[in-house]
Amino acid sequence: MATSEIKTNDPGIDPATGEFRVIAPGQTFRSVTEKIARIVLTPTTPLGWFAIFGVGGGVATMLLVAVTWLFLKGVGIWAITQPVAWGFAIINFVWWIGIGHAGTLISAILLLFKQSWRNSINRFAEAMTIFAVVCAGMFPLIHVGRPWLGYWLLPYPNTMNVWPQFRSPLLWDVFAVSTYATISVVFWYIGMVPDFGTMRDRAESKFAQYVYGMLSMGWRGSVRHWMRYETASLLLAGLATPLVLSVHTVISFDFAVAVLPGWHTTIFPPYFVAGAIYSGFAMVLTLAIPLRKFYHLEGLVTERHIDNMGKVMLATGFIVGYGYGMEVFMAWYSASHWEAFMMWNRMFGPMGWSYWVLVTCNLAIPLTTLWSRKLRTSIPFMFFISIVVNTGMWFERFVIVVTSLYRDFLPSSWGTYRATKWDYMTYVGTLGLFTALFLLFVRFLPMIPMSEIRMMLPGAKIKAKAAAEAGH
Amino acid sequence: MPPREGTYGLLAEFDTPGDLVRAARQARQDGWRRMDCYTPYPVEEAAEAIGFHRNKVPLITLIGGLMGLAAMFSLETWISTLAFPLNIGGRPTYSWPAFIVPAYEWTILFAGLSAAFGMLALNGLPALYHPLFNAPNFRDGATTDKFFLCLEALDPKFNLAETKAYLEGLQPVSVVEVEY
Repeated sequence: MATSEIKTNDPGIDPATGEFRVIAPGQTFRSVTEKIARIVLTPTTPLGWFAIFGVGGGVATMLLVAVTWLFLKGVGIWAITQPVAWGFAIINFVWWIGIGHAGTLISAILLLFKQSWRNSINRFAEAMTIFAVVCAGMFPLIHVGRPWLGYWLLPYPNTMNVWPQFRSPLLWDVFAVSTYATISVVFWYIGMVPDFGTMRDRAESKFAQYVYGMLSMGWRGSVRHWMRYETASLLLAGLATPLVLSVHTVISFDFAVAVLPGWHTTIFPPYFVAGAIYSGFAMVLTLAIPLRKFYHLEGLVTERHIDNMGKVMLATGFIVGYGYGMEVFMAWYSASHWEAFMMWNRMFGPMGWSYWVLVTCNLAIPLTTLWSRKLRTSIPFMFFISIVVNTGMWFERFVIVVTSLYRDFLPSSWGTYRATKWDYMTYVGTLGLFTALFLLFVRFLPMIPMSEIRMMLPGAKIKAKAAAEAGH
Repeated sequence: MPPREGTYGLLAEFDTPGDLVRAARQARQDGWRRMDCYTPYPVEEAAEAIGFHRNKVPLITLIGGLMGLAAMFSLETWISTLAFPLNIGGRPTYSWPAFIVPAYEWTILFAGLSAAFGMLALNGLPALYHPLFNAPNFRDGATTDKFFLCLEALDPKFNLAETKAYLEGLQPVSVVEVEY
């Protein structure tokens, strides 16, 4: 990158390294604690919060209506039929769970790589993971047709004397997604325990002291506790890393284990994981940019974070691009005319427009512009890119699910797919649910990990002499 | 623990982590053992200064993970070969490669839960009460920006007046007595 673009007197830039600062200068332990805790502990909720929560909650109510009607009438109200038996429900499932993956990546993988810049954004990225998994997990359940029998997926002794079939990727999904949800919640909660201690000690109302006191479980900051806590956090990060890779791999198996052209390919696991991270970082940006503005957190979520997320998106975007390229290459190289037809149909068939939307949103726009540091640190541009990539990744799943299914082997069994209003209501409704849950999170829980921010402040440095003696 | 009376210990407050580490190391060298440091974020040097080097969380996690692996793999094997054998496209009933995926997930599930709950159990949490919260300066500082060293009354060297004088020699901001 050309260093000449950087203004050396810019307070956002560390003169020692020439990099953007992770945290703006002039912060102390007390100032960051007060800044973050005050967002939650204030008795007055900003009006804007109520406005957005009202919109999110209203849209989530639409989800309730759509799902109620679904339970009354059955999945026939959706557009799914033969040959396209997997419609919006599976597209949305894969899209949402992919979004969740960036939260785990930020909280686990970047922790293992000692990328301390992540400390500012990991808490709300983890919250995003959990709410995305809530939205994702709903879709397979309501897609099974009789969701009240969903517990039949679990191995439990029953009077019918039947057991699940462990050779099916759909059952692997049950274990992968339920483990992912559980571990994400545990990791998130354990990460908040010391901050709950801070909230308990700073809260003024008796009720808040009581609630945060219970949540903090009596945390008192003993260094013995901290050491075990740090070990447990590192272990959870080490466990969440292979977990997050396995979850999207298992989801790609739902497709790749089938014999359908367009699904039956070995590149799916890495390509799905990269796509998940790509869309997840886009969603982190979609959330972080308005949040830092609204709550004046520019000093804690700095341009460095936006810039770094842009770089991760650039890298994962290229892996995704490689995946698309390899699909086209294999369609030719396999010499299978089913594969070749599938690819031709995907690009130029009646639904070919969806493939070009995907190429535009996932490759053409982001991968040409994210090279520029100027654009990566331009806040409006990054917000725009995040929306573009989220759209593109939704279309990627649409292309994979629908354009592979609607024209398979026998022309006599070809069909088409046209989503109904119930499909749209369910999808848009989960966006509302996600928004509403996220707003509850920023109002009632500390959205930036205070204890981890304190570790990055200059005051946390122990003088070299003291540290050397401690090492003795 | 039965309710106790009297002094839990003496609590010295410091402004910087460096001061705390220096004081804790001094106290350890002078023969103190029943003591602890309280910090608003992990200070590894302070743990080393009071002689806390290793913990059992990794072992608990390993045992948990192995249990999850064994539980799921044997459950799958028992279901697929004995309890409910199904012919799926002529594949063997004991198709172990397919069993790896759920067994892998349960390894992570059990290991993760063991790490989290094992850490809490070793820390003695959740705890509804702790005498340190009686100290007037503890709640405002220990979870925000102050660093504390507590010498506990259970240490055989402990004597209220002498220990107080000793702690003041370590140049803290303040020394307070903590009641049970």
